[in-house]
Amino acid sequence: MSAVPVDTATVGPPTTPQGPRETAAAAARRRLSRPWASLAAVVLAVLWTIPTLGLLVTSFRPAADINKTGWWTVLTDPRFTLENYETVLSSESSQSLAPSIVNSVVITVPAVVLPMFLATLAAYAFAWMDFRGRNVLFIAVFALQVVPIQVTLIPLLSLYVDINVSGTFWAVWLSHTMFGLPLAVFLLHNFMQEIPRELIEAARVDGAGHVTIFFRLMLPMLKPAIAALGIYQFLWVWNDLLVALTFAGSSRDLAPMTVSLLNLTGTRGSQWFLLSAGAFVSIIIPAIVFLSLQRYFVRGLLAGSVKG
Amino acid sequence: MNGMRKRRNTTTIAATAAALALVLTACSDDDGGGGGDGGTAAPTVDCADFESYGDLSGKTVTIYTGIVDPEDKPYIESFKPFEECTGAKVDYQADKQFEQQIVVRAEAGNPPDIAIVPQPGLLAQLVATGKVVPAPDAVAANVDEFWGEDWKALGSVDGTFYAAPSGASVKSLVWYSPQEFEANGWEVPTTLDELKTLSDTIAADSGHKPWCAGIGSDAATGWPVTDWMEDFVLRVGGPDAYDQWVNHEIAFNSEIPTQALDAVGEYLKNPEYVNGGFGDVSSIATTAFQDGGLPILDGQCSLHRQASFYAANFPQGTDISENGQIFAFYLPGATTDEKPVLGAGEFVTAFSDRPEVQALLEFWSSDTWANLKAQASVDLTNGGWITANKGLDPSILTNPIDQLSAEILLDENAVFRFDGSDMMPAAVGSNAFWKEATNWITGQSTKDALDKIEAAWP
Amino acid sequence: MEVADKLVTMAVALVAFAAVIGAVLLVVHLLERRGARHVAWWFVGPTLLLIAVGLVYPALRTIWRSLYDAAGTSFVGLGNYTDIFTSGDQLVVLRNTVLWVLVTPFVATAVGLVYAILVDGARGEAAAKALIFLPMAISFVGASIIWKFMYEYRFFDPDVENNPNQIGFINQVIVWLGGSPQNFLLDSPWNNFFLIAVMIWIQAGFAMTILSAAIKAIPAEIVEAARLDGVSPLEMFRYVTVPSIRPTLIVVLTTIAIGCLKVFDIVRTMTAGQFGTSVVANEFYTQSFSANNKGLGAALAVLLFVLVVPIIVYNVRQLRKADHR
Repeated sequence: MSAVPVDTATVGPPTTPQGPRETAAAAARRRLSRPWASLAAVVLAVLWTIPTLGLLVTSFRPAADINKTGWWTVLTDPRFTLENYETVLSSESSQSLAPSIVNSVVITVPAVVLPMFLATLAAYAFAWMDFRGRNVLFIAVFALQVVPIQVTLIPLLSLYVDINVSGTFWAVWLSHTMFGLPLAVFLLHNFMQEIPRELIEAARVDGAGHVTIFFRLMLPMLKPAIAALGIYQFLWVWNDLLVALTFAGSSRDLAPMTVSLLNLTGTRGSQWFLLSAGAFVSIIIPAIVFLSLQRYFVRGLLAGSVKG
Repeated sequence: MNGMRKRRNTTTIAATAAALALVLTACSDDDGGGGGDGGTAAPTVDCADFESYGDLSGKTVTIYTGIVDPEDKPYIESFKPFEECTGAKVDYQADKQFEQQIVVRAEAGNPPDIAIVPQPGLLAQLVATGKVVPAPDAVAANVDEFWGEDWKALGSVDGTFYAAPSGASVKSLVWYSPQEFEANGWEVPTTLDELKTLSDTIAADSGHKPWCAGIGSDAATGWPVTDWMEDFVLRVGGPDAYDQWVNHEIAFNSEIPTQALDAVGEYLKNPEYVNGGFGDVSSIATTAFQDGGLPILDGQCSLHRQASFYAANFPQGTDISENGQIFAFYLPGATTDEKPVLGAGEFVTAFSDRPEVQALLEFWSSDTWANLKAQASVDLTNGGWITANKGLDPSILTNPIDQLSAEILLDENAVFRFDGSDMMPAAVGSNAFWKEATNWITGQSTKDALDKIEAAWP
Repeated sequence: MEVADKLVTMAVALVAFAAVIGAVLLVVHLLERRGARHVAWWFVGPTLLLIAVGLVYPALRTIWRSLYDAAGTSFVGLGNYTDIFTSGDQLVVLRNTVLWVLVTPFVATAVGLVYAILVDGARGEAAAKALIFLPMAISFVGASIIWKFMYEYRFFDPDVENNPNQIGFINQVIVWLGGSPQNFLLDSPWNNFFLIAVMIWIQAGFAMTILSAAIKAIPAEIVEAARLDGVSPLEMFRYVTVPSIRPTLIVVLTTIAIGCLKVFDIVRTMTAGQFGTSVVANEFYTQSFSANNKGLGAALAVLLFVLVVPIIVYNVRQLRKADHR
């Protein structure tokens, strides 16, 4: 392609904001008249945020108001209280979520670290090591994503009883690890394949064994991918209900926030004042984790899905 | 680039700080409140009563149940004397998926020490897993002393006695407002016909629908309709027909149940009668059962058929008394001579025979516990709990509803029958019956509903 | 257990894990030094073992169990499967599941894609995307609570003076516009769509994030060439954008579809499967643990495997194709 002026319609230096070249989306959008595009985007964003906003506002309203009027009335008749949060966070009330916050943390961290690490090892082997049945095994691992958790409940619980870990955190850690492995192996494998073959070859020529390559070469290069997957696994474990319910039960010692939240609906029906505050307490930590580590997530997921 | 980095670092720091703050709040609170709720001080009980249990310091007994807040508090409170006098610890765990999870846990070999089972049908299911242990002799002795034979039979499966009864509830009650009745000159009906006439009167004169109802209850949605139907099978067919129906000696869609359900339909599916305060007939299906009777307080409806435990759902401070804002009358029989009473109860099922578990079971089946529990309920949840334990001291019950229920329960002339859906096999009683009842409310015909339930019988 | 104890347990677990893995890898390292060749099994071993125990074994047990009756004592062969396809209720469950799988991926992806294009390169793009992605950070239970609140229904009789206020936002909007409030979760079959809406709300963010990255990765030369040829924005979208991100689109669609097949929490929390909204994953739980019919439950689970397999196969084929490009 010979040198052609980027934009014959304007006189002067290129004006596109992202630099001299423009993405398809930006081009498409530029042609749509800008204000309409912005408006559409704003409308969508507002629509998407209203539900959450509604519940957030509700969580600060007095209980009596919640059942009588809608949350939008706070615009004309504001009345706020911290009572709902107090009930939900204080240790005095049996409706408190406080103990379960700690449980959620204790359940989630190992349930992220363990599968991530094991999956990385396995993915490396699938990507860069040659062994019999490699392809078949890989497809099998990937395909096992289809197994719904419910079918594993009783067999696994029996197993845990037999090896004496039921009623402890290990039951939950092991379960989450097992369930998280197929997808993790699959995605990490994709990332690993992108590392140029030459680098590995060079290292092997230098006499490095696989273990060395894994620790010295792979892990550093895969940090974004591992971070991305780690976040995804974190969100998944933190927000899980069924695994926690079955393997951790509702004991105050073990139950994470999702189980406590479920019980908040109690025998008193739609207690929105508690549910709203409870829901937000349980949303805060994952929301923070996600927001602060967003860019890894985007980059990581992208790398696994786009080829060429 | 640097600016972006800084921003991200700040966000991360802020995020971590917030998260830490949250966790620390949890930590500090947890350390403080570790042992249990503040609540009322444990009633002083003579520890001499507990000596026979021995010293159980350091031992823990786990209880698993579906009874969550607020009814869990009186239970926890009632075990405190046991804990204090024997040194054992009672770990009360509850969640709303109890009825499914207990089966999972039993089958997997991970049951709690004790489960509070609200249905004889579920009890049978659990016994079938082989993990339930029969009740210890001391418990059987208590049950022989304090309960009638029919209660002991309900806690037995195939002749072996497993589970002592705990609390009970009376279901043949209609909630109403005495003040409203007084103001309008309405009388409490004593026969079914009078109930019908009263409903018509209210529909015509009062400007609101006479009945209100709610059957919403998540996975158990529809269960209040089963109570209505059971009450009417008792009244239409009599206690013997009821027994045949529950034991599947007559088909679920045979004549008597059909008549009974149609009789219920004259109330629940009658747009002239329902759904006061909520809307049309189908709103019954989406109104939570806990909210079902509340419109009485607002004057939006006048009659609500529900069990004795419903008292806990009225706001604190409501005057629940014979001449107050809210009270209940016995759902009348066909004639004044007939007094069929539908009720339910819970059964204390053990999966372990450790000494501390047996000690707690013995305590639980005694009159001491019954009175402690009744007192705790009065203190913490405004009553709403009674038991068929004959050792209960009725003077403890300050709640007029409890007094009424206890009176009905212990009436010599009453013919007591246990809630049918609780006795049927799970496929029917915990599934098809509820589901088809809900569909029946939202439009399905009586015939279709009953046919489907009959088909679901294993 | 005190908080400190729990944290210590966690720390101990992590350290123990690190120690064990470290020891294993050390051994492997030494073996390699000595010239051992087949060390791959040490790498994949733990993973394969855990998967075999946690997924393969229960899956096999389930398939086996589906061939027996409710009590697990008599062999019924394909009896449970015929039950599923002949029972009115189960057919509704199947219908609902198919609805979920067909509607959610396409709508969520469409919304995600359009939004990604709309905000691409705009000011505040990151914030805009965060708003759409936030529902993903909320648990399914939390999302169900949020939407249950949005759908709240209070009756409204135009003939009556004092109607109770609406507290659900959607019904309030309907009332403002002069309509009468709907009981969204009650009326079958439309209630399914209102549950599906929750899933779309959550998954759109997922689709948007991935597709946004994919769009940004389209080589600029192609875009330039197209623009020079004078294509309209719609043509650009159709002939340039979509074909370029096709592999990503497929991954997004299939991932969301698989997620839909397994969805349990949303249905369970919002309606518990009542009013004709149950789906296979929810029905499995109900049949197995409420109705005590593990045979039927197992058959439903196997059906789930079967429904997901084509999606997986398709995905794998796409991967293989991409590999060989």
